[in-house]
Amino acid sequence: MKEDKIFKTTLIMSGVFIALLIILILYSLFKGSYLSIKQNGFNFLTGKEWDPVSEKFGLLPFLVGTLLTSVLSLLISIPFALSIAIFSAIYLKKSFTGKILNYLTDLLSGIPSVIYGFWGLYFFVPIIRKLEISLGILPYGVGIITASLILSIMIIPYTSSIAREVINLVPSELIEAGYAMGATTYDVIKKIILPYAKSGIFAGILLSFGRAFGETMAVTMVIGNSNTLPKNIFSPANTMASIIANEFTEATKNSHLSSLIEVGLWLFLITFVINFIGQTIIKKFAPEGGK
Amino acid sequence: MNPRKKIFKDNLFKFIIMIFSFVSVTPLFFILFQIVRNGISSISINFILKLPKGPGESGGGILNSIIGTFIIITIAIIISVPIGISAGIYLNEYKNRFAELLKVIVNVLQGLPSILIGIIAYLWVVKPMRGFSALSGGIALALMMLPMVIKSTEETLKLIPHSLKEASYALGVSYKDTILKVILPSGFSGIASGIFIGIARITGETAPLLFSAFGNPFVNLNPFKPVDAIPLLIFNYAMSPYESWHKIAWGASFLLVAGVLILNIIIKMAGEKWKVKF
Repeated sequence: MKEDKIFKTTLIMSGVFIALLIILILYSLFKGSYLSIKQNGFNFLTGKEWDPVSEKFGLLPFLVGTLLTSVLSLLISIPFALSIAIFSAIYLKKSFTGKILNYLTDLLSGIPSVIYGFWGLYFFVPIIRKLEISLGILPYGVGIITASLILSIMIIPYTSSIAREVINLVPSELIEAGYAMGATTYDVIKKIILPYAKSGIFAGILLSFGRAFGETMAVTMVIGNSNTLPKNIFSPANTMASIIANEFTEATKNSHLSSLIEVGLWLFLITFVINFIGQTIIKKFAPEGGK
Repeated sequence: MNPRKKIFKDNLFKFIIMIFSFVSVTPLFFILFQIVRNGISSISINFILKLPKGPGESGGGILNSIIGTFIIITIAIIISVPIGISAGIYLNEYKNRFAELLKVIVNVLQGLPSILIGIIAYLWVVKPMRGFSALSGGIALALMMLPMVIKSTEETLKLIPHSLKEASYALGVSYKDTILKVILPSGFSGIASGIFIGIARITGETAPLLFSAFGNPFVNLNPFKPVDAIPLLIFNYAMSPYESWHKIAWGASFLLVAGVLILNIIIKMAGEKWKVKF
């Protein structure tokens, strides 16, 4: 039938459209950064200086800033995220309190990034400033540590929801066998559940890392916007995402704009690799329909 | 091991887990408390119906950004819902190599940092049209929403039993009508909740709008001209040095968070009630 044929073509076209989107995105990022790649070459990756006025564009300060904030936020968030996952998937399994806990973490993940940033300015910045005064360093208040704290709160719901799903996939026979041997819940978690769920939890952490790596608004608001290489975790800095957010609309020179797009290109490539590895591990861990 | 010691260890572990879990959700209450405390005093009829005032002046509202947010989100829905549902049906109907690749691509799209979507909207729409616009903001948010619509459509349709389709064919119904009038309606609630989750997510997005919708202190209904949006206004006012603008930003935060959280709660409750079940 003719109608069916048109309908099927529409379906296929929409699939092709989605595939084209990602190709076009990659193409546009490459095309946009062409000028920068030509001008800066390999120095773009190793350059420690970012100065649009003298047309010096080096990615390193932002790469270091992004790595520091995202790794630090992961380290802070892991114990909390795993606790929530263990608490709701094991201790509170199918209970009302467990449901409430999941509900609250879901709400936490529903709060927009810009709100986290605004709240961070009012809540964390004064605390960090006091801490810096007592440590005898320049009391900026804003900086890598402030951004990491906010980021860690933002990624806790994400890590914990993946960890919870992975823990739920642990076969109950194994858990029951553990209890039958006289193991306490602690033993069961440590010797059965965590070893079984290890790779899935790792993938969850990796996906959260990808999230933290590309997070923009909250970080932009509290990181202090400094284009120099960060000296320590209290330094004001910029991440790859925040430098784009800060300078993109102000970039009047083509070379500046193109360099910012190249920062975006690298951000794309890095988050792509992180997400791809994470997704692949998750897929291996939880084959479709298997439970 | 000594059994008493063993039990003590077990209880201690549970206690630590409880404390950490409790601490993890406290920021939610801190944030809500601060927003309500600082924001509720700004909320009034004028806040919703008036335009913002200049720096330093007290009073004024956020009408421009409320209208802007509605325009941008409407554009995003119009673009992403039909394409997303269509692509979701494709993923469920075709089980070939391309469909497998497409699933990976949808995940890549979903993992795209939001600031990159801003750059893309700038390169695709703002630059060729020589100006920031509501349309470019809508396209940016459509890009964010698209993977969510595709995934929820595909995951919902996966749950619908094959027998339904066979029954429809047996009655002589064409392929097109089987999908559009039998399969799609039976998955309606799942797809709808996916769309609403997408709307709740993009309502608070700021980064994709920085270089597309851009912001505008006046009410604008023309999709080819820049508009303001609530999250954009919060960002700009929060980063300004003026106390009166901070106050407006808190009021806007109150509206935004209340809207997003209420939407989330409704989706949760409706989702449990009208779950797609067979």
